[in-house]
Amino acid sequence: MASNDSIAKETEASASTDYTKIVQSQSFQELLRKKRNFIVPLSIFFMVFYFTLPILTSYSKVLNSIAFGAISWAWIFAFAQFIMTWTLCILYSKKAATFDQLVEKIVKEAKG
Amino acid sequence: MNILAFILFLIIVGLTLVITYFASRRTKTTADFYTADSSLTGWQNGWAIAGDYMSAASFLGIAGMVALSGFDGFFYSIGFLVAYLVVLYIVAEPLRNLGKYTLADMIAARFNEKKVRGVAALNTISISTFYMIAQLVGAGALIKLLLGIDYLYSVIIVGILMTVYVVFGGMTATSWVQIVKAVLLMAGTFIISIIVLAKFDFSVIEMFKQMKTATPLGADFLNPGNKFKDPLDTLSLNLALVLGTAGLPHILIRFFTVKDAITARKSVVYATWIIGIFYIMTIFLGFGAAAFVGYDKIIAANAAGNMAAPLLAEAIGGDFLFAFVSAVAFATILAVVAGLVLSAASAFAHDFYGHIIRKGQATDKEQVVAARWASIGVSVLSIILALFAQNMNVAFLVSLAFAVAASANLPIIVFTVFWKRFNTAGAVTGMIVGLVSSLLLVFLSPNVWSPVEGAAIFVGEPLFPLANPGIISIPIGFIAAIAGTLLSSKKADAKKYDEILVTANTGMKDPI
Repeated sequence: MASNDSIAKETEASASTDYTKIVQSQSFQELLRKKRNFIVPLSIFFMVFYFTLPILTSYSKVLNSIAFGAISWAWIFAFAQFIMTWTLCILYSKKAATFDQLVEKIVKEAKG
Repeated sequence: MNILAFILFLIIVGLTLVITYFASRRTKTTADFYTADSSLTGWQNGWAIAGDYMSAASFLGIAGMVALSGFDGFFYSIGFLVAYLVVLYIVAEPLRNLGKYTLADMIAARFNEKKVRGVAALNTISISTFYMIAQLVGAGALIKLLLGIDYLYSVIIVGILMTVYVVFGGMTATSWVQIVKAVLLMAGTFIISIIVLAKFDFSVIEMFKQMKTATPLGADFLNPGNKFKDPLDTLSLNLALVLGTAGLPHILIRFFTVKDAITARKSVVYATWIIGIFYIMTIFLGFGAAAFVGYDKIIAANAAGNMAAPLLAEAIGGDFLFAFVSAVAFATILAVVAGLVLSAASAFAHDFYGHIIRKGQATDKEQVVAARWASIGVSVLSIILALFAQNMNVAFLVSLAFAVAASANLPIIVFTVFWKRFNTAGAVTGMIVGLVSSLLLVFLSPNVWSPVEGAAIFVGEPLFPLANPGIISIPIGFIAAIAGTLLSSKKADAKKYDEILVTANTGMKDPI
């Protein structure tokens, strides 16, 4: 249960929360820009990388040539999808830490 | 009947009932019931997401498909995994910040109108039901094969168990059943993979070399194109795989079981590692089954290849490994259907009953009671449907669920967060058109119509040539949402969008 004190504080915050002002603030615009600059290009990249495999296997036989042993390039490309997914996961986790710092700043500014 | 398998089934069922007993003592409020009071850690939720996601279709289906068709089966593994980048980059954090219990909560946070919530709930219930029937039909067939219990009784047993988990234990029990099952499934798959690899002297290169002669497909086994011959259909399937996950309601409600967006992100990252490692191992399952069980024996047990993994366990590990893998497959089905019941029941109880019928005035106790009755209702309905659907193609039902999720839910989730002009008309149009178009295209497709008797549900020429509707229905869903928005005279509420933008990105929101 929240104490009366914190309820009072929350009500105060809600009455004064001006979302438009937050959106227009420098820190928030910076957060949106940083997120966009990371998410948009990488999303385009992974979708292109992902669809290249079925497009190549459907419309050509280039990936059927052997990379080494009996393993063809199709399998190498398939494994590369796993590596790509994990790498982009790690990259996002690292990048998101900087988003979190900005969020903290925005929340502080909004409350202060 | 295999006595050892039966005993392991009983042990796993006993374990899940113990979990449910402890969870039920903690399930008192609506937040407990729908979200385990958002108390899971990122690590726990990561395993639970993996447990929810690695369904029997993944475990048994992909292993069978790789065993019978080689490379093409692996497309599913890739698509199911890469889909998590869409979830991580675009959906998970805004969803956690905007939503409370259900997907409809998120959309209703921006469009506070009953019809938006109603249509979103309808989509959730449709998708969950298709998915659930698929799991139940699969469960019935599997248990019949493993234990020799009749289809009718198998479905009823699974149905009763899943109802017990959800009704008594809510999200807490469901989550822990999924976590336990995910750990068991990973362990079983790992053991089989190691034994398979050992048979090839721990050399992947040697394994690939031997696979060239191990199957009736010969060297072609290792090349794409054995199963998916139509390029457009292949692309359509891949599109639905990569975009469908981000619209699946039972996966999306898993983000409400953690306390904030940061933990939601962490759980997706953990889930991606677990799921990725699992899907890599599907190669060993599939290759192993092809090499050590053999095409004829796999087909003889089940034409779709669904028994490849259990048969492989028996071939390389004897009775105990067979019993263990069969019991794990059973636990997999239980966990996944429990998650599905919960997502459909939440949509009924929280969105239809709580918000539309009672206009948000129901007490906490009334809501929990409603949610429990909704769970029973959903379970009974899906058991009855599963009994009628006994002879339906399971893959057809799963592809339907993925296509509907990607066509009807994803456009709305994306536009709610990222498009300022998006309005109520666009949301409702997008959801309805996405739902109807994906359903319609599947009903006109070769899944339903085939000139060969017995190959599909009806005999006749399919009016729509593709088995996977995604490549048409997903763009239709997006276009309908855009068109609905632009054609409506109502302007979007700019102030409301600012609020959504702030909440989605920071988690700040006014107390209700």
